[in-house]
Amino acid sequence: MKIESISEKRNVYSIAELTKKIKFILEENFSNIWVQGEISNCRKATSGHIYFTLKDEAAVIKAVLFRGYQRAVRFELADGLNVIVHGSVDVFDKRGEYQIIVDLIEPVGLGALQLAFEQLKEKLQKEGLFDESHKKQIPAFPDTIGVITSPTGAALRDILNVVERRYKGIRVIIYPVLVQGEGAAEEIADAIKKANLRGDADVLIVGRGGGSIEDLWPFNEEIVARAIYHSEKPIISAVGHEIDYTISDFVADLRAPTPSAAAELVVKNKQELLKRSKELSMRLYSSLERMISQKKEKASYYSAELLLRRINALINEKNLILDDVSRSLSNQIEACLTKNRGRFEKAVGQLNALSPLNTLARGFAIISKLPENKPVFSISDVNKGDEIKTRLKDGVLSSRIHQIIENT
Amino acid sequence: MTSSITFEKAIKRLEEIVKELESGDIEIEKALTIFEEGTKLSKICAKKLLNIEKRIEILKKGEKGEDILELFQGIDEE
Repeated sequence: MKIESISEKRNVYSIAELTKKIKFILEENFSNIWVQGEISNCRKATSGHIYFTLKDEAAVIKAVLFRGYQRAVRFELADGLNVIVHGSVDVFDKRGEYQIIVDLIEPVGLGALQLAFEQLKEKLQKEGLFDESHKKQIPAFPDTIGVITSPTGAALRDILNVVERRYKGIRVIIYPVLVQGEGAAEEIADAIKKANLRGDADVLIVGRGGGSIEDLWPFNEEIVARAIYHSEKPIISAVGHEIDYTISDFVADLRAPTPSAAAELVVKNKQELLKRSKELSMRLYSSLERMISQKKEKASYYSAELLLRRINALINEKNLILDDVSRSLSNQIEACLTKNRGRFEKAVGQLNALSPLNTLARGFAIISKLPENKPVFSISDVNKGDEIKTRLKDGVLSSRIHQIIENT
Repeated sequence: MTSSITFEKAIKRLEEIVKELESGDIEIEKALTIFEEGTKLSKICAKKLLNIEKRIEILKKGEKGEDILELFQGIDEE
């Protein structure tokens, strides 16, 4: 084909005209479409809009999620996520670019909420919010229980039933909150903070009855997780049924499978408590009695006569053995024995030094009550008119008490 | 008698005292002091348990937005 013939048929577009046509074709044909691909180059601009590209093995397309649409997306957008997006293709004239304006994103495979749950769980776990070392002990016998839940819900009814059945004397403070829908997470978090500020409950139960994953969602929100983590009062989370696990369960100091179970953990049976405190009182009295009789026994064991007798018996016994042995052994061994005898005598000397008789020599006296010769340690061991024996280093005085004066 | 101490704390301390006395490894003067403390605690525990007054309260907002504790009137089932 000759160049002239081409030029004769020339129809020259301006850039604007061409772009307008392209824009028309693209936007007309590719609005309200679903596209599947992998997210990459994901970034949040200072404007709050999120820009990313969607790609598969063969191609890429730019995409943007404007700030206003982000509320509908529960999980965090991240590179590598495989998603299906809904939106419309838009041509940006000034740059000669086209992109998808996204208004909805769903993860492929997992549900959106499930993905959000997994993402938050991983994030908080990394931060240490689930660490065992941070978990507080749940008081076994609280006086006051704080319940953060709906004032009209099944959870509260179940908890109050347990209280009614087991122990009406316990104090319950209800912190009423929304437990599902818009604003519920904020209310729950605020109630946890308020309960800590007021400080009137010894332990908090945070929860609600069963429901769908959407219903339980406030207990999977970061704001609730952080409020639980920062609570100084121990928290039991009790959300839904036994099979339902929420982020709150992981952060809480204890997870109860149901609200009733949470109440049962802290509301003890009154009969059990009575039994327990009675048993302790009995042990208290008997332990003191036992101790006093033990001390008395010990005191008499160390009374002067007994000690002296024991020392003498010990010396006699050793001497007998020594005599026996020294008689039957050779000279050489006897020399060795003499050395040992020296040690033995030294030991006897030390034992003598410990004897109360030496204490007597220094001017102290041993007093015992007659007629049973019971040692007197305190003014409470004797009464006015009792006869006592005072033993000194060189003899014994016998006298009668005519006055008892207590130290002031 | 001060019952500002919680049942939990009272019974825990009572347990400690009983254990200490039961070990026997203690001066008689101290034993008597903690014994006395123990008898007080056991009275507090008993008193708390005998209190059967039902106390279920709900935190409400007052007219000026202040917190008020009201006696809970039961659940209005929805």
